[in-house]
Amino acid sequence: MSAILQGGVASTALSPFKTTDSNKLVTAPSRSSLSVRSRSDWSKSFGSRLIARRSQPPLIPNAVATKKTDNAESSTSSKSGHELLLFEALQEGLEEEMDRDPHVCVMGEDVGHYGGSYKVTKGLADKFGDLRVLDTPICENAFTGMGIGAAMTGLRPVIEGMNMGFLLLAFNQISNNCGMLHYTSGGQFTIPVVIRGPGGVGRQLGAEHSQRLESYFQSIPGIQMVACSTPYNAKGLMKAAIRSENPVILFEHVLLYNLKESIPDEEYICNLEEAEMVRPGEHITILTYSRMRYHVMQAAKTLVNKGYDPEVIDIRSLKPFDLYTIGNSVKKTHRVLIVEECMRTGGIGASLTAAINENFHDYLDAPVMCLSSQDVPTPYAGTLEEWTVVQPAQIVTAVEQLCQ
Amino acid sequence: MALSRLSLRSNRFLKPTPTLLRHVSTDTTPITIETAVPFESHLCDAPSRSVTTSSSEILTFFRDMARMRRMEIAADSLYKSKLIRGFCHLYDGQEALAVGMEAAITRKDAIITSYRDHCTFLGRGGELVDAFSELMGRKRGCSNGKGGSMHFYKKDACFYGGHGIVGAQIPLGCGLAFAQKYNKEEFVTFTLYGDGAANQGQLFEALNIAALWDLPAILVCENNHYGMGTATWRSAKSPAYFKRGDYVPGLKVDGMDALAVKQACKFAKEHALKNGPIILEMDTYRYHGHSMSDPGSTYRTRDEVSGVRQVRDPIERVRKLLLTHDIATEKELKDMEKEVRKEVDDAVAQAKESPVPEPSELFTNMYVKDCGVESFGADRKELKVTLP
Repeated sequence: MSAILQGGVASTALSPFKTTDSNKLVTAPSRSSLSVRSRSDWSKSFGSRLIARRSQPPLIPNAVATKKTDNAESSTSSKSGHELLLFEALQEGLEEEMDRDPHVCVMGEDVGHYGGSYKVTKGLADKFGDLRVLDTPICENAFTGMGIGAAMTGLRPVIEGMNMGFLLLAFNQISNNCGMLHYTSGGQFTIPVVIRGPGGVGRQLGAEHSQRLESYFQSIPGIQMVACSTPYNAKGLMKAAIRSENPVILFEHVLLYNLKESIPDEEYICNLEEAEMVRPGEHITILTYSRMRYHVMQAAKTLVNKGYDPEVIDIRSLKPFDLYTIGNSVKKTHRVLIVEECMRTGGIGASLTAAINENFHDYLDAPVMCLSSQDVPTPYAGTLEEWTVVQPAQIVTAVEQLCQ
Repeated sequence: MALSRLSLRSNRFLKPTPTLLRHVSTDTTPITIETAVPFESHLCDAPSRSVTTSSSEILTFFRDMARMRRMEIAADSLYKSKLIRGFCHLYDGQEALAVGMEAAITRKDAIITSYRDHCTFLGRGGELVDAFSELMGRKRGCSNGKGGSMHFYKKDACFYGGHGIVGAQIPLGCGLAFAQKYNKEEFVTFTLYGDGAANQGQLFEALNIAALWDLPAILVCENNHYGMGTATWRSAKSPAYFKRGDYVPGLKVDGMDALAVKQACKFAKEHALKNGPIILEMDTYRYHGHSMSDPGSTYRTRDEVSGVRQVRDPIERVRKLLLTHDIATEKELKDMEKEVRKEVDDAVAQAKESPVPEPSELFTNMYVKDCGVESFGADRKELKVTLP
């Protein structure tokens, strides 16, 4: 897999922007001013340690922590890094890709002059202009369809839903056109869109603004889904999603936007289909994604004190599942707990449970346990809202139960 | 070339004046013809009723429309003999729209339409055999047999399909126009939809966007007066579809007159490149029902259908034009039709012979393999699904 990425890396490092299938010449006026960071610049800031490890051109293709780290939030600890918040990491990733390829554009409600309702696109409209950072009227169906139509000709739009829940209005466009056009046209058109937006249960936002759409989108054939959870993987996944020729839905979480972390200065992308090993362990595999990762890590502290050694994997790729990483973990620990924020019925956890049971049944010592949100609309009252999602105490109890 | 065959055949019966006939098909001296029905406009000045055309162009119209008509009739009989399955929406009666539009634009202007796309595909340069193969689900088809009747696409001719969900192609069409504006090209997008789709919210969303940003989008409402079984007077409070744009100019055109369609499309292209979107309402008619599962007679009388066929048929109109202007004789036109029929029959036969897609094609074109999309099984040794 990294070999393919290398091939992609080599070509992209040379050309200022990816050549597309269409014959259209991009006559964007700022093209000549697009700077391509030369390899020598990168290698100067690139630690020799990293060169020895990879012996690669500068893009770091692989996910975090193939080496053991105990700290959940640390990424590749490079000497020269800079600290930023998750939404700034997303912005950085987006800005770098827009610099690199003039076909990349953003469209969504209030992404331009307002700067984005979660500040992910702040400053981009001033830098790139209104046509590349497009403020749309409130018509999800139309602007999602528009993004997909533009993608058919070779543009690479990043479509932002102000809240994932609003994308339900664009479901037809996402399911029928975005997912299926590559297939039904016999491969003639590719749809390199990125559909992103915050979802998940926030702080008393109410039922309609606390939806988890990953469960609705997961059976659409033809799309890929990823969920980011740290500034490091947010930037990496954003960049990978934009560069991918396939439609990718990037799920962010409303409560994670202000996470702070130090990320490398060098350019890197994260693999879209790989899961992230957050904490290696021996006793039980805990699979999670997005915000629940932090609840799990909190529970892990308690569990470690109690003498358990949980292995925590952030699955990141919601479609397709990284069954390789998950499988290796299951073979090691023989017990699986899935902690997710989706609803119990038909959620990501439900599909993952089925996939694990189908593939790794022989390796399991106990049934796969899945902790998910309650099948209720999210109530407004704070105490009730707390109990719709999985809390660390419940995770601890579940682990103890499984490990008996 | 075709003409020499004609003259050979007819030599036995009468002696035509060879010089007159031989230069007709390539004659491009302009002829001006008045459209029968005036244009109705909304918020813009209607184009002139005098259309500049030429003998060769009118002859091309005839040939192309005859080919389209024959293709649809052949598809009808193939459907009845169960070689075409599923949904099959036929375009006969509306051919003037496809040929008139093509005459006014280039292959770099984009066209996107709904599921009634067989003739539009042909107009964009699609091959008959590709169309029939796709209809019969063969590998040779334009979408490798995986799309079917409602999913014809031709990327190199900027034909973007072929969409099954009513109205969903309208925002896509605005996206195509947006890309043309983004890339600073001098091309336009024709987004076709029907009178049924004209009541979709996404049309108005897309119109707002297109007008707001001056996108070179031309929205063409193919008003064949029936949204499946519901007549326009039963589904729309305001059946003046060209006026529905409110702040967007509109033009109502006689969609059975290929020359009027050509004039309108030329006008619309100039308008869109300068002033942003425009709506064209094409007053047309379909002889078949909504699809092959609809007889087409439960919501309209047979008299109505045959009445339109007698008075407004697009091919007959062009035939009359050719005869009155002495561009071709009755016999030549009949021979041309016979040729076209043979073309279509050959294409059908060829398509019938062509193979079905391989079983492995089930998984091809799901994803583009770039960042390594492979869904491995548990061991990474066993390849459950490769998504190439």
